[in-house]
Amino acid sequence: MTAQGSYAWTPGYFYDWESTEIFTGRFPYEDSYTLDRYLETGGYEGLKRALEIGPEAMSGEVKDSTLLGRGGAGFPAGVKWGFTPQGVWPRYLVVNGDESEPGTYKDRLLMERDPHQLIEGCLIACYAAGLSQCFLYVRGEMALAHERIAGALDEAYAAGYVGTDILGTDFSVDIILHWGAGAYVVGEETALIESLEGERGMPRLKPPYFPAAIGLYGQPTIVNNVETLANLPYIAANGSAAYTAIGTETSPGTRMIAVSGHVKRPGVYEIVNGSTTFRDLIYGDDFAQGIRDDNDLKAFVPGGGSAPWFLPDQLDIPFEGKEASAAGSMLGSGAVMVMDSTTDIPEAALTLVRFYAHESCGKCVPCREGGTWLLRIVERICSGHGTTADLDQILEVGQSICPGDMPHASSERLGLEAVPFPYKMTTICFVGPSAYAPIHSALTLFRDEFEAKVSPSPKRVRIPVAVA
Amino acid sequence: MSRLTDSNVLLAHEIIRRYPRSKSALIPLLHLSQEQNGYVTNDAMRHIAELLDITPAEVIGTATFYEMFKFEPVGTYVINVCQTLSCALMGADELMHHAEDVLGVKAGSTTADGMFTLEPAECQAACTEAPCLQVNYRHQYRVTTAEFDELVDGLRSGRLADEIPPHGTLGRNRQNLPADRTVGAVPPEDVTEAPDWIPVAGDAS
Repeated sequence: MTAQGSYAWTPGYFYDWESTEIFTGRFPYEDSYTLDRYLETGGYEGLKRALEIGPEAMSGEVKDSTLLGRGGAGFPAGVKWGFTPQGVWPRYLVVNGDESEPGTYKDRLLMERDPHQLIEGCLIACYAAGLSQCFLYVRGEMALAHERIAGALDEAYAAGYVGTDILGTDFSVDIILHWGAGAYVVGEETALIESLEGERGMPRLKPPYFPAAIGLYGQPTIVNNVETLANLPYIAANGSAAYTAIGTETSPGTRMIAVSGHVKRPGVYEIVNGSTTFRDLIYGDDFAQGIRDDNDLKAFVPGGGSAPWFLPDQLDIPFEGKEASAAGSMLGSGAVMVMDSTTDIPEAALTLVRFYAHESCGKCVPCREGGTWLLRIVERICSGHGTTADLDQILEVGQSICPGDMPHASSERLGLEAVPFPYKMTTICFVGPSAYAPIHSALTLFRDEFEAKVSPSPKRVRIPVAVA
Repeated sequence: MSRLTDSNVLLAHEIIRRYPRSKSALIPLLHLSQEQNGYVTNDAMRHIAELLDITPAEVIGTATFYEMFKFEPVGTYVINVCQTLSCALMGADELMHHAEDVLGVKAGSTTADGMFTLEPAECQAACTEAPCLQVNYRHQYRVTTAEFDELVDGLRSGRLADEIPPHGTLGRNRQNLPADRTVGAVPPEDVTEAPDWIPVAGDAS
């Protein structure tokens, strides 16, 4: 057991090919979260260059870098900024630090280990897109992140990096640390805005409530994920060309991936985007180093709890959005959860169904009711009281959340072709489909394990109806 | 008694001033009241409604959405044992059963001495350090049953009091906005022009 603050990982635990360490390079330092260490290691140089080249050139750099949002949807950040309507002021920046996707934990590390980098990223975004106030919404359950960011903001204000007349220019912006209070759905950008306005964190309907047009207090609002913003200091300091030189054309740069579950060396790794494959990540010496006890791999979750599962058949797929979609899943928030041959698949799926059923905000009926139904059915199956009719019932309930073909991976063993991502959905946000996707994958790819747990359904008895 | 104290009211006003609209301060103020009393009391919610000029119903409406707010007394230390996939794969169930045995309560309840509340929890973003738990939202990684016993001893004896403050205290420090360097929040309707650093003719986007 390791207490919070002193970390289990040591220098070298992260992928240490220097040229690819864009934003986790400071993590190994004991004092990585202090202003002194930040300045010593090139800190606030990106902000200085942004102030030199001006806001228009800076937003051009971000657009040219094709930096993809790291919150889960993978939308280009520069394009998102461009959606703000012309001439409407004020505009706000809301930083999504409400990381709670099962398996994911990159934003927490970035906030705890390098808060100044995030602050610099926020400043660059505000400067480039003309955003006059920044709200840093941090998940309530991350006490250490709150402490580290509060300390870093105090340092940054005192040193003239945040607040009025930043570094002697006319650029002035406040960054406000805001506390969440425990709700997964608040990670959805419109729910985040509702929560920041002091309301219940329920998502808004899009259209019309696209945050870039009608966001916080009805004003144009940019909502960016912590990891997305943490990339900006590098892009600002080194230029977009240096950034796009890493990774592939469609997925430039690096990204952080948490590999957890049954692997020898679970950890959070900064990988080269687009070219690194799941096999590299799960079996590579620089990364997770293979399955524990040298067991066989049974299945893995490629992109956070919401993602349809992959099988060993999909190990050679790279971290590239389109390839993952074609194979029937998504890269999501950068979390790989590995299950070895000893895993009880229905039980594993149950933990995810329970999560999403618990976290449904209750706004959309298919998610509120469907999630609970799915949970009851899977619990019944796992406790040995299920029948074969329950298996079909899962798919039927799923159809009311995600009508039509549901994405899943291909399987040589089962002779199954892949159904590509994404799915259709009857809910406003992704919580509903996320309750169904894992159980759908588990049931489609491992139906035999479910069948082993259920008993045959009782035969339907036809009751004769008396006719007068 | 359970309304906000005078010093916390000052702090509350300072927090409210950070936002262009005061209702945005609702969740931070609920945290503040929970820090003061260990849980969110009815009086505190009425007081917060007065401070924000909204109705108590609006306060409780928002507050009950969020899991971290407790509306009845909980233990000094709230222990959340993660139950989601990565932790479940690495033995979260055994850890939870052990915790129930050691504390002598079922998950979801508080020990008779008011020291500990044990709760099942969803993903805590420490999936590579499974199985993990949080004490008052402070992580403990790769917890074995022996280490759990040690942790409980440490909390009972007060040895960990500096590291883990009582339930309700979110951070041991909080953001201070220096008056001379703060831009200040302005209601959105009072802003019509582009910020100073944006060239007048063009548009940043």
